[in-house]
Amino acid sequence: MSSVPVSAYLALALILFCIGLYGALTKKNTVIVLISIELMLNAVNINLVTFSKYGVNPSITGQVFALFSIAVAAAEVAVGLAILISLYRNRRTVNIDEMNQLKN
Amino acid sequence: MENAWLIPLFPLVSFLFLLLFGKKLKEASAFVGILLTLASLVYSILVLIERFSESTFKAEAVWLTIGNLELTAGFEVNQLNALMLVIVSLVSFLVHTYSKGYMHGDERFPVFYAYLGLFTFAMLGLVISPNLLQTYIFWELVGVGSFLLIGFYFYKESAKAAAKKAFIMTRIGDVGLLIGMILLFWQTGSFEYDEIFAAVEEGAISGTMITLTAILIFIGAVGKSGQFPLHTWLPDAMEGPTPVSALIHAATMVAAGVYLVASLFPLFNASETAMLTVAIIGAFTAIFAATIGLVQTDIKRVLAFSTVSQLGYMMLALGSAGYVAGVFHLMTHAFFKALLFLAAGSVIHAVHTQDIEKMGGLWKRLSFTGPLFLIGTLAISGVPLFSGFFSKDEILIAAWANGNYPLFWLAVIAAFFTAFYMFRLFFMIFSGEARSEMKNVHESPSVMTMPMVVLAVLAVVAGYVNTPWFGTFLGDWLVEGNEALGHGHIEGPGWIMIVATVVSLLGILLAWMMYSKKSISRDWLSSRAPLAYGIVKNKYYIDEIYNQSIVFGAKAISLFLRFIEVFLVEGLVKLTTAAVQGLGKTGAKIQNGQVQTYGTIAFVGLAVLIVIYALTGGYL
Repeated sequence: MSSVPVSAYLALALILFCIGLYGALTKKNTVIVLISIELMLNAVNINLVTFSKYGVNPSITGQVFALFSIAVAAAEVAVGLAILISLYRNRRTVNIDEMNQLKN
Repeated sequence: MENAWLIPLFPLVSFLFLLLFGKKLKEASAFVGILLTLASLVYSILVLIERFSESTFKAEAVWLTIGNLELTAGFEVNQLNALMLVIVSLVSFLVHTYSKGYMHGDERFPVFYAYLGLFTFAMLGLVISPNLLQTYIFWELVGVGSFLLIGFYFYKESAKAAAKKAFIMTRIGDVGLLIGMILLFWQTGSFEYDEIFAAVEEGAISGTMITLTAILIFIGAVGKSGQFPLHTWLPDAMEGPTPVSALIHAATMVAAGVYLVASLFPLFNASETAMLTVAIIGAFTAIFAATIGLVQTDIKRVLAFSTVSQLGYMMLALGSAGYVAGVFHLMTHAFFKALLFLAAGSVIHAVHTQDIEKMGGLWKRLSFTGPLFLIGTLAISGVPLFSGFFSKDEILIAAWANGNYPLFWLAVIAAFFTAFYMFRLFFMIFSGEARSEMKNVHESPSVMTMPMVVLAVLAVVAGYVNTPWFGTFLGDWLVEGNEALGHGHIEGPGWIMIVATVVSLLGILLAWMMYSKKSISRDWLSSRAPLAYGIVKNKYYIDEIYNQSIVFGAKAISLFLRFIEVFLVEGLVKLTTAAVQGLGKTGAKIQNGQVQTYGTIAFVGLAVLIVIYALTGGYL
């Protein structure tokens, strides 16, 4: 059980977070960007679970938070996809480069 | 006399009035100028008459208070000032009248009268100033007025250049005057003439300091009076309209230098070196300019060089302790030189050229101008019974009595040259065959000839106020109550007068034989000594030397400074603006509305913050 060191969990979380960040900042397709953001959230979840088990004060609170986080992420994805679909209906595209409305 | 301060104000009113309403008045503006200068003239004459019986009047008011130092402004009517007031306002009035005919039809007629008013105001203000500071202010105003008038035909390149040259050359002298003034103030704590003279008399100033300040102030006079080596602006200043030449370059502005030396005479008199400097510069200028005058062919330039030469005479007189002689010659010269300039203007008005080679046989055509010109010529040549004879005689006696024998002989030779070149001018214009291309020669209107008549009368009789025969009234009056100015009349050997007469008659004779009778070939001398002729013809290459040395040096410095300006100063400025602009452009480019870009920047910023935090350990 304790053969896997804590650094391995953290490294996995870090790698997942970096992949997510890279995807969120570079991909052109908005769907992919949303998926990348999910990746980053899940990297955070891994961290939460890891520290709830191997942290300075191990307790169940971290895992509860992870569950909350997953629930919130699910709601966020539902809302995000709904916005994306309505955007697609308006603009006929999911290319993120063309969504520069913030400028105006 | 209490209201003498009004005298300079009349022309000032004329200036301001014409500045405001000149455009509407057109040529009627002449009457404004003439009337107001006439008022000045009448008042000046009244002041002069009053001054004969009363003593010097001086009124002052505090102008500025700096600490416990009070600068005053006011006016003073002493003998010299009263005399100058009359000379200046008289010549100014006559020139105003004359210009009505001469400038007729000029587009900027009212402007011309406005400038004349400004100049007259400055000059009259100058001659009643009771202290050096006020003198300096009016001195510079005179410079401005002359600049405007010389450059009146500003659309001519040469007139523009001449105006600038006159201004800059006199400015060079003014620097000397300013430094001398400041030194005097430093030494005596006052700008007042009286206090300076008192300090000089008490010996409160060291001898070297007196010499230094006197010479520095003399440099100012050299610039204004066109003495060597700052004389080159005066002949060029002939680009101005001819009445201006008569006003500025005969009677007023150029006399300002002589006036300055005369009014500071006690200061100069306290230093032998300064006096000698003044005398030598004066004598040298007199002979130097006279030789140039021998070969010039432009009617006004001949007169200009003769002015330079005559001013040299005045300086020689002052430098030889001949205060009366200098002031006397200043007065007579003002009359006959103004007459000559106005007559020359009348000739130019008639034939539309200034080249005397193209003139000739005008005696019958210009039956009025001719005799008037002759009177002026006789007066300046020092022919007996004319005014110039008496004043020149006084100067020669002063130079002799002072023991400057070489300078005396220089002055005698200069007198010979003067007689020669003036009659050369006269004969070339008026005698000989009439040129065919000058058919439409007509006499000037009476508004132009009348002022000349007045001046001609004065050129004849002005000398009789101070003669060895009928009493030295002017001289006695000028030095009355002031021993520092020397004697009213200096006794000299009687043969000096005979020498002067013979010399001037010889000059006239030679000119007659060469240019009228033509018994001596005109190029008798120039063909024998072509080198000397060339040098003199080119005015000793003084202009060229200045161009090669001083102007070149100034240009080199300005080029260097321009280099610094362009590459250093402007480079820095451009670098700053480019940096700011670049920053702005980059910022604008980043704000493109792409969420991803914002995210990247936020991430990079966070990373940088963390790196800083890690490196500094959180203590920043």
